Amino acid sequence: MTAPAVSAVRPPAAGSGVLRAVVSKVVTAVVVLFFVATAAFFLVRLSGDPVKLILPPDATGQQEATLRASLGLDRPLLTQYLDYLGGLPRLQLGNSLVYDQPVAEVLFSRVPATLELAGSALVIALLLAIPAGTFAALRRGRAGDTGVMTGVLIGQSTPAFWVGILLVLVFAVQWQVLPASGYGGPAHLVLPAVTLAVYSVAVIARLLRSSLIDVLGSDFIRTARAKGLGTGGIVLAHGMRNAALPVVTVVGLEVGTLLGGAILTEQVFSWPGLGRLTVEAIQNRDFPLVQAAVLFFAATFVVVNLLVDLSYTLLDPRVRVTS
Amino acid sequence: MTAVTTTAAPAAVSRPGLLRAVLRNKLGVLAVSVLALVVLAAVLAPLLAPYDPNAQDLLVRLRPPAWSSGGSSAHPLGTDQLGRDILSRLIHGARVSLLVGACAALLSGVLGAVIGLVAGFLGGWFDRILMRLADIQLAFPPILLALAIVGFLGSGLWYVVLVLGLTGWVSYARVLRSEVLSLRTRDFVTEARAIGVTDPAIMRRHLLPNVLAPLATIGTLQVASAIVAEASLSYLGLGVPKQTVTWGGMLSDGQLYLGTSWWVAVFPGLALMITALAVNLTGDVLRDVADPKAYRT
Repeated sequence: MTAPAVSAVRPPAAGSGVLRAVVSKVVTAVVVLFFVATAAFFLVRLSGDPVKLILPPDATGQQEATLRASLGLDRPLLTQYLDYLGGLPRLQLGNSLVYDQPVAEVLFSRVPATLELAGSALVIALLLAIPAGTFAALRRGRAGDTGVMTGVLIGQSTPAFWVGILLVLVFAVQWQVLPASGYGGPAHLVLPAVTLAVYSVAVIARLLRSSLIDVLGSDFIRTARAKGLGTGGIVLAHGMRNAALPVVTVVGLEVGTLLGGAILTEQVFSWPGLGRLTVEAIQNRDFPLVQAAVLFFAATFVVVNLLVDLSYTLLDPRVRVTS
Repeated sequence: MTAVTTTAAPAAVSRPGLLRAVLRNKLGVLAVSVLALVVLAAVLAPLLAPYDPNAQDLLVRLRPPAWSSGGSSAHPLGTDQLGRDILSRLIHGARVSLLVGACAALLSGVLGAVIGLVAGFLGGWFDRILMRLADIQLAFPPILLALAIVGFLGSGLWYVVLVLGLTGWVSYARVLRSEVLSLRTRDFVTEARAIGVTDPAIMRRHLLPNVLAPLATIGTLQVASAIVAEASLSYLGLGVPKQTVTWGGMLSDGQLYLGTSWWVAVFPGLALMITALAVNLTGDVLRDVADPKAYRT
């Protein structure tokens, strides 16, 4: 993505254009969510009879019928689907078979732990990736760049749970400076957050590097240099702003990666978040909970990307004009 | 007719400089060699492995690797909690990793290539529906989708291949679609159309050869991500059943003995990382070589 000088000239803001773009993006997000909800509903039902999955193999027909009726699975599929869609806006997604509570309550009780984990990981990722990516771009082709890019490649090829196990081995088993697992104070957060951040550091640093290299090679940077602006000033005033756009996009996508990665990281560190809840729900065949968890993950991802999409309009006037 | 085929010639893969360019890249040679070794180990596993990977010998439980004190050359990389030989399990584990990686990448590649070609070439509502489908698919973190499907269908090697194959098509489809969008207005396509070549034939004979390079690159990267995804599922206990040796399953066992016997978890983790790294590097080299910009000095 080559970016002409965004910061140099601002076209007049097109007010109605912005509104139209926002509305169309929100509508798209709602449509995507509707399809996700539909897919979650049919996926669960296509994948076998939940009643057979829940009950032991030697259950009687009577027991099956009772459970089927109590879960509302004896009604026509269309009725079930409409009920399910109707319940969505009110977050009524049935009761968890294991916890015997509304699934929304069970899910939301685990949200803070996952938010804490994913949020810290994102902050760590940005704190490491921005300097690393900028450094590599400025040292392009030299030893520093090769070093950063090697790190990036290793980071991208290393599964989160393996990073986690290595960190436990070094910091909890060898040096005994941090707890190996569990949930509690800041000390408990360090290893899981770093584990989860590794992959995102690699992705963001790599992208920032290549997009900064693109921007730094463009005409307006040459002009800035000709005017006598120092490298630091150029990078901060012109480079970053133009390189930010693809990075913001990928940070949005990284939220999905972080949520997916949280599933594994939480398992490694026995972190009581959504990821662990989901894995347990799958192992326990708690299908209302699985369905709700899938929806929740997808909804978070769609909403974050909608916000990212909308932030373009603020960062890049060209998007405003073309949409 | 001949004029059409010559204009359709910018096929990027069969460039004579390809092999030479790969060889010039030292890291690329290393990556391909490592990958070849892993493939060889997987293919020859029954011949190479010193023991049956599932043979238990409780008298030699948790023996350290040969070079540390207490280790013996009978088990070069030590034994696990059931006295199984770790080296033999590593060698056999490579089979599952590579098989799942290759099959899943192939399945998603075929699916993604067809969808990307058709969406990019035909455009219109068909394209809009397919790309919306890609958005929906992207809305699920892949590991979650795989978990949900495996969780309900049951676990098994081929379920894992199927799930990873069906969830991996989006990246192929998006890249191919955008390539095709720029190709379809080119002269050789217009000319082929003008002389009455049918749409499927244009896609197969004129567009597909031009997108093989990005297809191969994404395919390689997808192999790496499928290998990691299979290991992740097996680590969670939701992938390939326990009787089959997998690196992810070994890691999950090993984590329990991390305090006393680091080697049970560290070796499968290293194997996984090195293999994924080698595949990713091979993909990077392919991309650099296939990218025409790389030839500009």
